Amino acid sequence: MKISYFPGCTLKTMAKNFEDSALASLSSLDIEMKEFKRWNCCGTVYSLTSDDLIHQVAPIRNLIRVKEEKDTRVVTLCSMCYNTLKRANKLVKEDSEKLDKLNNLMDREDVKYNGEVEVLHLLEILKNEVGFSQIAKKIKIPLKGLKVAPYYGCLLLRPPEVGIDDPERPTILKDFLGSVGAEAIDYPYETECCASYHTVVNVDLVVERAYDILNSAINRGAEAIVLSCPLCDFNLDNRQKEIKEKFSDFKGIPIFYFTQLLALSLGLDEKVCRFELNFVDPRPLLRSKHLIGEV
Amino acid sequence: MRTEISIKNTKSKFLDKVEELSGENIYACYQCGKCSAGCPSISEMDISPNEIIRLVQLGEEKEVLNSKAIWICASCFTCVTRCPKGVDLAKIMESLRQITLRKNVDYVNPLSISKEVLSQVPQIALVSSLRKFSS
Amino acid sequence: MSRIGVFVCHCGLNIAGTVDVEKIAKLISDYPGVVYATDYMYMCSDPGQDMIKEVVKEKNLDGVVVAACSPTMHETTFRNTVASVGLNPYRCEIANIREQCSWVHQENKKKATEKAVKIIEAIIEKLKLDKSLIPLSVPITKRALVIGGGIAGIQASLDIADSGYEVVLVEKNQSIGGHMLQLSETFPTLDCPQCIATPKMVQVGQHPKIKLLAYSEVEEVSGYVGNFKVKIRRKAAFVDWDRCTGCGLCMEKCPVRVPSEFDELLSKRKAIYTLFPQAVPNKPVIDADNCIYFTKGKCRACEKNCSVKAIDFEQKDTFVEEDIGAIIVATGYDLMNKAEISEYGSGEYEDVIDGLQIERLLCPSGPTGGIPYRPSDGKIPKEVVFIQCVGSRDPEHYYPYCSKICCMYTVKQAMLYKHAVPDGQAYVFYMDIRCNGKGYEEFLQRGIEEDRILYLRGRVSKVFKDRDKIKVWGADTLTGRKIEISADMVVLATAMIPSKGAKKIAEKLRLATDDYSFLTEAHPKLRPVESLTAGYFLAGAAQGPKDIPETVAQASGAASKVLSLFSKDELSHEPIIASVDEEVCVGCGSCVSICAYEAIELDSLTKKARVNPAICEGCGACSAACPSGAMQQNNFNKRQILEMVDAFTKD
Ligand SMILES: Cc1cc2nc3c(=O)[nH]c(=O)nc-3n(C[C@H](O)[C@H](O)[C@H](O)COP(=O)(O)OP(=O)(O)OC[C@H]3O[C@@H](n4cnc5c(N)ncnc54)[C@H](O)[C@@H]3O)c2cc1C
Ligand code: SF4
Ligand code: SF4
Ligand code: SF4
Ligand code: SF4
Repeated sequence: MKISYFPGCTLKTMAKNFEDSALASLSSLDIEMKEFKRWNCCGTVYSLTSDDLIHQVAPIRNLIRVKEEKDTRVVTLCSMCYNTLKRANKLVKEDSEKLDKLNNLMDREDVKYNGEVEVLHLLEILKNEVGFSQIAKKIKIPLKGLKVAPYYGCLLLRPPEVGIDDPERPTILKDFLGSVGAEAIDYPYETECCASYHTVVNVDLVVERAYDILNSAINRGAEAIVLSCPLCDFNLDNRQKEIKEKFSDFKGIPIFYFTQLLALSLGLDEKVCRFELNFVDPRPLLRSKHLIGEV
Repeated sequence: MRTEISIKNTKSKFLDKVEELSGENIYACYQCGKCSAGCPSISEMDISPNEIIRLVQLGEEKEVLNSKAIWICASCFTCVTRCPKGVDLAKIMESLRQITLRKNVDYVNPLSISKEVLSQVPQIALVSSLRKFSS
Repeated sequence: MSRIGVFVCHCGLNIAGTVDVEKIAKLISDYPGVVYATDYMYMCSDPGQDMIKEVVKEKNLDGVVVAACSPTMHETTFRNTVASVGLNPYRCEIANIREQCSWVHQENKKKATEKAVKIIEAIIEKLKLDKSLIPLSVPITKRALVIGGGIAGIQASLDIADSGYEVVLVEKNQSIGGHMLQLSETFPTLDCPQCIATPKMVQVGQHPKIKLLAYSEVEEVSGYVGNFKVKIRRKAAFVDWDRCTGCGLCMEKCPVRVPSEFDELLSKRKAIYTLFPQAVPNKPVIDADNCIYFTKGKCRACEKNCSVKAIDFEQKDTFVEEDIGAIIVATGYDLMNKAEISEYGSGEYEDVIDGLQIERLLCPSGPTGGIPYRPSDGKIPKEVVFIQCVGSRDPEHYYPYCSKICCMYTVKQAMLYKHAVPDGQAYVFYMDIRCNGKGYEEFLQRGIEEDRILYLRGRVSKVFKDRDKIKVWGADTLTGRKIEISADMVVLATAMIPSKGAKKIAEKLRLATDDYSFLTEAHPKLRPVESLTAGYFLAGAAQGPKDIPETVAQASGAASKVLSLFSKDELSHEPIIASVDEEVCVGCGSCVSICAYEAIELDSLTKKARVNPAICEGCGACSAACPSGAMQQNNFNKRQILEMVDAFTKD
């Protein structure tokens, strides 16, 4: 299977561990992720005001690029990109007037967009096309004994019309964890917001929020967190430095992208996981569970 | 002090603008408070989300636009998901931010963000923060 | 010697958890007169009843005591049980060892068991002296009286008449219809009340089985269920309705103009008038208090204009007597007078009006053609404040109850106001919004979302006039603000109270009412349309605040109760009633005056008391009052009571 792939900015910079582990895993599952040409930043947040069409240009232009390459589906890894592309796409599919205006705004493009492209998140591909039961059959190193708390955050699930799962009781990450042999930890903060972009100007706010989320998971026995968004990752992983400064009792916990766990369980070379890019080094934990070799 | 309420409040330009930008019927909110009950940002807000809507209903433009709450809201869509009346409060919050931003008033001046921070945070954080906080 | 069987029920753990039932059964089996005693898990269950039947036959019992729950629960059950095997049902008694023993003595099981034994022994002593009684049969007059011709009375009358029984409908006004005919449109569907009510009114007017007595009032009721005698006053209309064709010429020429009650004083009517154009019957009456001829002795303009010579200044009140089997009371409601509320202006500001007044202003056939011109200067009000719960839910000053319909009619009125004045603004001050009916919540939300009624949560503390505005001081507790609104008009949703004269009519009919004179139902849940007095049924707002759907449902419920009464040819009457020993009676009349049901009279010749067994409800007041001991209650006579007391008090 071959599918058009939208990486978005952060996967090419800070979140190389996300991208590399994803690409390697998928190719081992016989899925070719074809990065389409000339993609641009999607804008990261979907514009919420009704008259603001200009900010819909960026996401829709990406969909035009996909269409130009004669593809009808595009997959993203980052939850924010997913949400922005999906919502923009939904908007133009449902509002032909806005679609016309957007096409006019982009009259230099060779093709017009008519809502032909479907936007997907990688987790949807794994669940619906590969199938978690298939993954379970293909894994070589079951992540036995690894207690992982799924963290969905906001944009994978909300608003419900673009969410990939039940916004209140999602199971997709839990099911994924099951397929790679890990134990999923249930805790009440899995869909609570991490304070998102406030991390730029209001670190304190993020620290409070991340502390609550991580502590809740730790208290329920989690040894690690798994997620799918580079911004959530930054807030829950890198901000542990500030959390520790503020809360002396905080123990720390490694954060994984779901694709890192996938690569690991598929028995791929540990290098594709790029664990050195994780802020809290997960390797001691993995070693203690004999999931990676000694140094 | 008594708050005077009249047709000037209920039919104000401000209220019209909020409804136009958000595409939401402000009167659809029946003040159940479920949005505030679930809002992850509530503890940092000076005015709770349901009260923001209430103040818009009462036409209290200044108080709403001067609040910290509208900037604290992180568009997490928790309230949107749970509101029994289907009110899209995230859109209302955005329209309130936009009313200020469109007067060319930034909440965060992009130039004030330090080099250190710029190099530290992921791009998506930077772009989204500028999208939400500056004009 | 008696042959009594005693059956002790466990009632699961309700009784057996506290009282040692097995021990009781053993002890009681040795009691004099008892030939059999046993205990069982649930006596009222089929196997329990079967067991009683078996024992009655096998041991040839002449009396049964069931020691179980209160007789109000299962006395009938067990009496039927023994009757089915040929024992007189009044030879079955209940010893209440649950409500009066196990439930109240859970902390002391030993004493509870001892007390249970005493209760049973006392009942055995009573049973030994119980007579085998036979219920009385009384014939029924299958004719109903309905008092009040609002939508409740109309519906009940039609239901009964359509089933083939005669109905006498008494309405105090000159037309039936009641308050529903005053309304603008009705929630939650906004249909026109006149359009849906007038066809029913016409049916009443034309129905061969309905005798409509408008402009009439019930004067006196005697008798008892199935056999009432009702005296009705037909008030002098000063118009011979048999001659009157309803042309209305008399009204045109009448020079008098006084405020119209039907339009809630917002328009003027003549001294000779009908209530509204579709009135049934459509006949005028002369209001003698305001007629120039009656007050000053000359005029008679109406008479000159009446081509059929229907005007009759000499007419007097007349009386009719009707034989009636069952009575439905549907006398409806009124609104509390807004003058009682001084903080809202004591009724002195013209532009502070009540709920029924705005109904008239918004009614397309009302005095302003449906455009709510305000009373003071006829301007169209641009800002209108509605205040809910006025006088309701105010135990300190007015009424503690919720008037139930004002939340809904307030949304409706605010909505209709907006439809009439699209550039206006409606505000509603409320405590909670109670919209608990089918489609009601949706109706409210429509009013808020589409008509943008601004709801403010809080009571209004004061309303006062400020030049041509009415200032309203309220609160919005949602934001903690004190609110001031300069309104053009204010509408008070004043409390719903029983209609004027409700107390008087209740007294006349000897019906129980609550503290506010709403009629009391026999049971709030299980007998909502019956009164406590046999033969009387309740319908509509006379029983408590309610809207039209509920009123109509209750009216049909009351009608069906009447019909089930009429489905029998005879009524059976409890035989546990008072009876006189004529040899002992001294004719003092103490019993006559104490009887609440007027069941006793002194025989004109013998001067002895005589009980009418069909009326006596068996309350026992007379036997307690009788100084000579002549008056005794069947199966509760003095000797029985003393035997029971002895059984209780012996060691
Ligand atoms: C402002 C307002 C708006 C309303 N709007 C709505 C609405 O939109 N929808 C809705 O469903 N409900 C509405 N209601 C409620 C509705 O009016 C009542 O539910 C309904 O009228 C009750 O009918 P009723 O027959 O019990 O009483 P009534 O209408 O009061 O009728 C009682 C009748 O009995 C007569 N009577 C009284 N005493 C005697 C006596 N002693 N002897 C003989 N006759 C007597 C009266 O003259 C009257 O004709 C509203 C009420 C108010 C106050
Ligand atoms: S949840 Fe919805 S209806 Fe309730 S207060 Fe919030 S916005 Fe209003
Ligand atoms: S979208 Fe804003 S107001 Fe709504 S729950 Fe999230 S942070 Fe709170
Ligand atoms: S006699 Fe009385 S009712 Fe008749 S026209 Fe004169 S004032 Fe009116
Ligand atoms: S129905 Fe509504 S307005 Fe009327 S008394 Fe009850 S709560 Fe108050």
